[in-house]
Amino acid sequence: MANLTIPRMIMSGLSRLSLRRGAERLFVVAGLAIILAFVFMAILAPVIAPYDPNKTGVGRLYESPNPRFPMGTDRLGRDILSRVIWGSRIVLIVTLSSMALSSICGVILGLISGYVGGKLDTVLSLFMDSLYAFPGLILAIALAVMLGQGIMPVIVSLTVVYVPIYFRMIRGEVLSVKESLFVEAARAVGANGRTLIFKYIFPNVIPSIPIVLSLNAADAVLTLAALSFLGLGLPAHIPDWGFDLRMGYGALTAKIWWPGTFPGLMIVLLTLGFSLFGEGLAEILNPKLSRR
Amino acid sequence: MSQLLKIEGLSVHYYTEDGIVRAVDKVDFLMNRGETIGLVGESGSGKSTFGLAILRLVPPPGRIVGGKIIFDGTELTSLDEREMQKIRGRRISMVFQDPTTSLDPLMKVGDHLVETIMAHENVTREEAKERALKMLEQVGIRPERFGDYPHQFSGGMRQRVGIALALALNPDLVIADEPTSSLDVIVQFQILDLMKRLKELYDMGMILVTHDISIVPGIADRIALMYAGQLIELADVNSFFDEPLHPYGKALLESVPNIQFSDQKLKYILGNPPDLINPPRGCRFSPRCPYATERCRREEPPMINVGSDRLVKCFRY
Repeated sequence: MANLTIPRMIMSGLSRLSLRRGAERLFVVAGLAIILAFVFMAILAPVIAPYDPNKTGVGRLYESPNPRFPMGTDRLGRDILSRVIWGSRIVLIVTLSSMALSSICGVILGLISGYVGGKLDTVLSLFMDSLYAFPGLILAIALAVMLGQGIMPVIVSLTVVYVPIYFRMIRGEVLSVKESLFVEAARAVGANGRTLIFKYIFPNVIPSIPIVLSLNAADAVLTLAALSFLGLGLPAHIPDWGFDLRMGYGALTAKIWWPGTFPGLMIVLLTLGFSLFGEGLAEILNPKLSRR
Repeated sequence: MSQLLKIEGLSVHYYTEDGIVRAVDKVDFLMNRGETIGLVGESGSGKSTFGLAILRLVPPPGRIVGGKIIFDGTELTSLDEREMQKIRGRRISMVFQDPTTSLDPLMKVGDHLVETIMAHENVTREEAKERALKMLEQVGIRPERFGDYPHQFSGGMRQRVGIALALALNPDLVIADEPTSSLDVIVQFQILDLMKRLKELYDMGMILVTHDISIVPGIADRIALMYAGQLIELADVNSFFDEPLHPYGKALLESVPNIQFSDQKLKYILGNPPDLINPPRGCRFSPRCPYATERCRREEPPMINVGSDRLVKCFRY
């Protein structure tokens, strides 16, 4: 059954997790811990942030880290800790929703393109390949400039950047699964195209999705940070690590290190969390990789 | 007996890079309701393609290029895909050679049946499941195995599932493409026995495609011999095994090893099966035939009726 495949896969992944020792297990656990920490931070932001992240003058300008402001204050006297905490919200919202959108679009288009084949497949593949040919960041910048400021435009531009990755992977898998005898056997007992795609082919291509998903999330965090570092995309009233990093970077020459360091550290940490989780998952779920 | 399947001049070609492979070449064929036909031929003789063509499932680059397939009064080659889907499984279905790969590894054994029943009939999942369980019981699989996955089954049991799947909707015709070739000898007999029993129980017609001529007499009523894409002999099983008419059939029977004369040398048919891109002129068996004459090499023999529904494609009769 299609709807049981994912839980079953996670179960088998987890059971292997508990039996196996080694680095990959540590990777997954550490990655998951980091991700969860950020998720809690984002959810609980209104509770745990000591100050309003946008309120200027809660302290003096550029106060170095001290008991009242553990991460110091920025050029407008705002509390950096509060900004960092609130910043995790926007990062998670944007990366997770663009991941969800791009994987859904990419998977559906890949399924259809691979299954139907012919002219539709040629056109879609050509289109996706031409998107894929651009370096992700360049494409994201171009799209962000075109679409203007706001959360939705950023989500859309990141989605467009990552759709081809899912499309190409799923299409390739479909092309090979479609040739399997069990698909032909299902056809021989009267299954129609929709049944074949969703009941027979789709469950067999699912296993390759989660790994790409979490590795992509890591990439998306960096791309989003780069976009807002360049001042593209998100409006100024939303606390955001990339933008704060940019502002802090300007102060660096004056030996004021804290406004840039802490948001930067967060970007690195979250990226690391997703990467560890993804890499570890890949090692565990892929028996060919794990038996070294 | 009423006629179930009538095939006229069926040709299937594969358009490969090396040229056109005439896998099935102008085959005429008739079969009655409830009859079992053993379709025998060596690898590459076109017998599997013939079976797939009846279901219109010839894989690309193959294509049905001519002829008619009249099944129970309906001409199949001109049906659109949607109507064909209604026929597949419900009226004509198929048992595949390799039961390890013909079941979806991620689908429960029982759900294969449920999906198939629900594809054709307007029933709830519960009703479909009930019927699936009954069907599994028919092929000797206990109900508690319903929720197991194919890898938890042995090859023989998987083939039982394949048979249950093919028979789930009580079709009029089952095409069994080498259903026992990947099984060991003991299991082969169990499976053939099961198929024979169910075939009689449901009164279906069956085309048993096989390269193993020795399994034919136990199960089939008639034998159809294929060589190089053509049907060369059609006879009832008893008269064929008493006296095969086509030289190829003769040679084939002689090459079956006999356990009683163990010191006998193994006989075989000299030469190789012909290249179907460039088939030999005249009779396709002529290059390997001990009786071949000038005429055989020059012109193609017609299908000759030698009486009592016996057809042979050879000038000697």
